[in-house]
Amino acid sequence: MTSSSSRFVNIGERTNVTGSAKFKKLILSGDYEAAVEVARDQVENGAQIIDINMDEGLLDAHEAMTTFIKRIAAEPDIARVPLMIDSSKWSVIEAGLKCVSGKPIVNSISMKEGEEAFLHHARLCMAYGAAVVVMAFDETGQADTKERKVEICKRAYDLLVGIGFPPEDIIFDPNIFAVATGIEEHNNYGVDFIEALKELRVLCPHAHYSGGLSNLSFSFRGNEPVRRAMHSIFLYHAIPAGLDMAIVNAGQLDIYDDIDPELRVVCEDVILNRDPDATERLITLAEKYRGTDVAQEKAEAEWRGWDVKKRLEHALVKGIDAHIVDDTEEARLAIKAAGGRPIEVIEGPLMDGMNVVGDLFGSGKMFLPQVVKSARVMKKAVAHLFPYIEAEKEVGAKGKGKIIMATVKGDVHDIGKNIVGVVLQCNGFEIVDLGVMVPWQDILKAAVEHDADMIGLSGLITPSLDEMVTVAEEMQKAGMTMPLMIGGATTSKTHTALRIEPVYSGPVIHVLDASRAVGVAGTLVSDTMAEKFVADTRAEYSHIRDARAGKTAKPLASLDEARANGFEIDETLKPAPPLQPGVHVYDDWDLADLRNYIDWTPFFRAWELHGNYPDILTDEVVGESATRLFADANTMLDKIVSEKWLRAKGVAGLWPCSRDGDDVVVYCENTETHIRLPFLRQQIAKREGRANMCLADFISRDGDWIGGFAVTTGHGIGTHLAQFKANIDDYSDIMLKALADRLAEAFAERMHEHVRTTLWGYAPDEQFTIEALNREEYRGIRPAPGYPACPDHSLKPILFDLLDATQKTGITLTESFAMLPTAAVSGFYFGHPQAEYFGVARIGEDQVADYAARRELDLDRARQYLRPNLNE
Amino acid sequence: MTPREAFVARAAKQILVFDGGYGTAIQGYKLSEADYRGSLELTHDQKGNNDLLSITRPDVVGAIHSAYLSAGADMIETNTFSATKISMADYGCEHLVQQLNIDSARLARACCDAAEAEDGKRRFVAGSIGPTNKTLSLSPDVNDPGYREIDFDYLKGVYREQCDALIEGGVDFLLIETIFDTLNAKCAAMAAQEAALASGRDVPLMISMTITDMAGRNLSGHTVEAFWAAIRHVKPLTIGLNCSFGADLLRPHLAALSKQADALVMAYPNAGLPNDLAEYDELPETTAQLIGQWLDDGLVNIVGGCCGTTPAHIAAIAKAVEGRAPRSIPQPPVVTRLAGLEPFIMAA
Repeated sequence: MTSSSSRFVNIGERTNVTGSAKFKKLILSGDYEAAVEVARDQVENGAQIIDINMDEGLLDAHEAMTTFIKRIAAEPDIARVPLMIDSSKWSVIEAGLKCVSGKPIVNSISMKEGEEAFLHHARLCMAYGAAVVVMAFDETGQADTKERKVEICKRAYDLLVGIGFPPEDIIFDPNIFAVATGIEEHNNYGVDFIEALKELRVLCPHAHYSGGLSNLSFSFRGNEPVRRAMHSIFLYHAIPAGLDMAIVNAGQLDIYDDIDPELRVVCEDVILNRDPDATERLITLAEKYRGTDVAQEKAEAEWRGWDVKKRLEHALVKGIDAHIVDDTEEARLAIKAAGGRPIEVIEGPLMDGMNVVGDLFGSGKMFLPQVVKSARVMKKAVAHLFPYIEAEKEVGAKGKGKIIMATVKGDVHDIGKNIVGVVLQCNGFEIVDLGVMVPWQDILKAAVEHDADMIGLSGLITPSLDEMVTVAEEMQKAGMTMPLMIGGATTSKTHTALRIEPVYSGPVIHVLDASRAVGVAGTLVSDTMAEKFVADTRAEYSHIRDARAGKTAKPLASLDEARANGFEIDETLKPAPPLQPGVHVYDDWDLADLRNYIDWTPFFRAWELHGNYPDILTDEVVGESATRLFADANTMLDKIVSEKWLRAKGVAGLWPCSRDGDDVVVYCENTETHIRLPFLRQQIAKREGRANMCLADFISRDGDWIGGFAVTTGHGIGTHLAQFKANIDDYSDIMLKALADRLAEAFAERMHEHVRTTLWGYAPDEQFTIEALNREEYRGIRPAPGYPACPDHSLKPILFDLLDATQKTGITLTESFAMLPTAAVSGFYFGHPQAEYFGVARIGEDQVADYAARRELDLDRARQYLRPNLNE
Repeated sequence: MTPREAFVARAAKQILVFDGGYGTAIQGYKLSEADYRGSLELTHDQKGNNDLLSITRPDVVGAIHSAYLSAGADMIETNTFSATKISMADYGCEHLVQQLNIDSARLARACCDAAEAEDGKRRFVAGSIGPTNKTLSLSPDVNDPGYREIDFDYLKGVYREQCDALIEGGVDFLLIETIFDTLNAKCAAMAAQEAALASGRDVPLMISMTITDMAGRNLSGHTVEAFWAAIRHVKPLTIGLNCSFGADLLRPHLAALSKQADALVMAYPNAGLPNDLAEYDELPETTAQLIGQWLDDGLVNIVGGCCGTTPAHIAAIAKAVEGRAPRSIPQPPVVTRLAGLEPFIMAA
C-alpha cells in the first residue's frame, strides 16, 4: 500500500485550459481520451496532485469539469493522486466536488466578495470534505506587499478556524507576482512573498502555502533555461520560509547546485532584490541561455554510478544497450560470488527490470518503440548469460505461458507479428515464432510439440483471412482447445466473430494491436480471469453475429442497375497518348531520391504511435518517443542510402486499351492476343447523383491508355536482417522492415510522378510538395489489386504478366498473391482527371457470377477471391 | 445522557458488541411470498424483500433482534439495509420507504427497551443505511467510462429520505455500512448530517467500509487509508470495516485503519468465506477466536458479525470480548490528509 507524504508538493499544471493550449484544444474538441492521457503523463512525470481547470469562455465549464473528473476516475494510475478543482466560478467547483470520490483541494476561495460569501464557500468545502486554497484577496483587491499578504491571510485564517474549519486543510496562496519586469515597484515582489510566509507560519499554525510559480518569470517567456533557474532559486529560498506546494511543471526544475553559478547569482539578486541593477544584468545574461539546455546532460552520466541492479533496470527501461553486457557480467559474478547460479541474473534483476517495463507499457507510460528497445537490451543480456546457463544445464525459468506465433500461409508480412512477439516476451511469455507463410500443419505440429498455451495468427492481406479460418478448422478437427489469437491489419473483431469463432470451439480472440496483446494473453493464462474473459468474449462475438444476422444481405442494386448508374467520363478530358509507351525498367533507382518521397505518418503508425507527421514529433504525449524513433530511423536511412543496403527495382508500362463493359482490354506490343482486365463495380445503394463506380469507367470505349507498375526496395534486405538476428536486435530488424516498406511506397509515389511528368507526360509541369503528393493531389490514380477499388488480389498475376514484372524486378507472388520481397507495391495507372479512388464494398451474387465468367474462373474460386466483398 | 455520551462512556471501559447477520436468520424461517407480502397491495413478487418484513412479519424481525440482544449485543441495527427508493424500486415498493424506516426503527427500539427492562443495561439502535445498488464513481457501461447512472444530488435526496425516517423512528445512530463506493458514502454522510441538523437532535454517524479485494481496496478503488481521508470530515462516532471476508483476512486492513483513525473503530466480519455451496460454515468459536487476535492487537472498540453470523456467533464473540481492554483512540499528529485512490499526507 502506498502512501505518499512530502515536504514539498508538485501540483501538475497541464490539465488546465488556461495554462495549456494543447489541453484546451483537446477539451474544446471533445477529445477526452487524449485529454486523459495528458493527466496520465503528468502523474507519471511526478505531479503529486493534479490541478484541473476548465475556465474557458467557449466551454461549458460545468460539463467539462464533471466529464473529465468522471473519465479519470476510471484510470487507476491517474486517480490514485488527489485532485485540485480549480475554477473562478464556485458553481463549477461545486459540480466538481460532487464527482470526486477522494479528498480533493478546492482552488480557490477568497474574501474578494466579502466575508459572507467566503464563509459560505468554506462551509460547503467542509461539508463535501475538501481542503481549500485561499487567495490573498480581499474586498479591496489582491495582496501585493508583505503587510497586505499577512493581514489578509491572518484575517481569513481566524474566520475559518472560527467556523471549525480544520486549520491543516487551509492552503494560502499569497500571490507570486512577476519580477524583473522593468517596473521598479515589482522588484520586491519575491521578497514580499518570502517574508510574508515567514511571518504567517507563526501566525497560522498548521496552514499550508502555495503559489503559481510561472508568474514569477513571466518576463522571460521563451527562455526556458532562465525561467527554470529562476523557479528553482525561488523555491530554494521560499521552501525554507514555508512554501510547501506549488503549481509547477515538475520536469522543468533544475537542481539548485547545478545552475550555472553566474546565472544563479544574478537570479538570486533579482529574486531577493539585492541589487537595483539586477534586472538589467539578468536581461543581458539571459541572451546567453536562449536555446541552451544544461540540466539534461548531467543526468545522463549519473546512472553509471548506481549499483548494478539499478543500472540493469535503468538500461532496460531506457533501452540503453551500451553497457548491458558488462553490467550483466558484473551481476553474474556477484551472484556467483554469493553462491548463486547464472539463471538467477535473469530471474532476479533482469526480470525485475522487464516487469517495470511491462508495467510502464501496460499503463501507457512507455510506448512501443521504447519497449522494443528494452527487449533488445534484455535479449543481449540473456545471450551473454546463455553459455553459462548451458554449462550448468539449468532449466530455463518458467514463463507466464508459451505462445506459437505465425504469419499464415500465403502471407509474408510480419512487422506486426514481430512487434507483438517482442511485447509479449517483454511481459514474460515464451514465444515460438514460426515465421511467415506457415501452413496450418506446421502451426498445429508446433503447438503440440511445444505444449503451447495458445496460438497467435497474423496476416495483412485479405486472402489471409480465409487461411486463418482454415487453421481454426484444422485445430477443431485435431481436437485442440487452446486459445487462438487473431491479429493483423485486415483482421477485425467482426470477421473473427463471423468466420473464425464459429468453426473452433476453443477460445478465439481478436487482438486489435500490440498493446492489447499483453492484456489478452495475460488474461487467457490467468487462473482467475480467463473463464470470465472467454465467456464475455464469446457473448460479445455472439452478439456481433446476431446484430449482423439482422443486417445481412443489404439491399444492393442489381448489376444491371449499377451498370446503368455507372460513371460517365468527360471524353474531352481524356489524356493524350503517352510520350513513351511500352514497358520501362529501372534496375537501380537512386535511394537518396526516394528518401525524399517518404510519407512518415504510416511509419509512426506501424510503431503504434498515433498522430500525423510532423506534428507527432512535438506531440505532448508521444512526441518524445516519436522524435527518438525518427532520429533512429534517419540514422538507419543514412546507412541504407550510403552503404546501399537495399536496391530499388521497378517497372512501369503504358499500353493502348479500350473499355468493354466492366473490362479493360489491353493491347500489348509484340502479341496478337488482347489481355482482359476485369474490374468490379459498386452495387451499394447510392444517393441521387452518385455513380456506382468501376475502374473501367475511367477508360474510354473509343480507345484510351492504361498503365501498370511494380516496384520493390526489398532486394538486399535479407543479409542485414540476418545480421540483426545474429545480434539479437529486434529493434533494428523491425526498423529496417518498416523503412523498406516506406521506401517501397515512396518508390511507388516517385514512379507515379515520373509517369505523369515524363513517360505518359500528361502533366509535364506539375509541381507538388511531398505533402501534397502524399495527399494525392495530383491528377490520375494508381489503384492496387487487393485494395478497395480493385479488391481482387488475383489480378496481380495478370498485371505481372503484362509487365513481365518477376523477370524485370525479381518480385514473385505467393499462392495468396502476396509479393516477395515484402517491401513492394504494384498497381494500375489511370490518367483521366476524373479518375478517383473508391471502395467497391459489397457486391451481389449476380456480379460474382458475371465476374467468374469474365475471369474464366469457376464460381467457388471466384467466391473465394471475392470473399471480403460478398454480401453475406 | 445522550446516546453519544452513553455510548462513548461505555466504550471507554469495554469492548462493545454489535449484532450479527439477518439474511441467514430470516432464511431459517422459510417464509413464503404470502409472509413477505402480508396484506399489502403490491405489484411485484416480494419474496426476498427482507426489509419489508418489518411491516409484514415484525414478529420474525423482532425475534431476531431479541435473539442478538440476549446473546449479548449492546447495539442492534434496524432492518433497513435496502430501504431506499433506489433499492425498493426492484420490488415496486418505493412508496413504502418512509414507513419501512420508521417501523423498523420503532421495532428495534422496542426490542432494546424490552431487553433493558429485563437487565437494566442500556441498548443502542443503529439505523442501517446500505450502499444502494447504484454507484456514483463507476460507469456501468464499459464503452463509456464517463457515464453514470445517477448523480450526487439525486442520490443525496434518496439517502435523505431514509435518514429522515430513521431519525423519526427513534434510532440513536445512523450507520452507513457496506460502503463499496466512497463517493456514495460521502453523499450518504452529507445527507445524514443534514437530516440530523434538520431534526434538531445529535444523531452521530457510524461509517463502515467494505473491502472487495485482497489488496485492501473497495470497489471504487480506495485503500482504507484513502477512504479514511475522504470521510474523516464528517467526524464519525465510529469508523470501521464490515462484510468483505472473515476476521482473519480483514485483520491487516483493520490494523491500518485502527492506527490512523481518531474515532472508535467498529468491525463486523463475515463468518469466513463462503464454501462451495455459497454457505458460510465458520463455527462461532472460530469467529470468536479470530476476533480474539484483533483484541490481542488492540484494534477494535466495537465488534459484531456480518454475513453468515448468527446469535451463536455473537454469543461467542460477547464471551471473547468480556473483560478485554478496548482499543485506545490514538491522537494522530495534525497533518493534511488528502486522497485520490491512495492517501496523500502532508505534514502540517
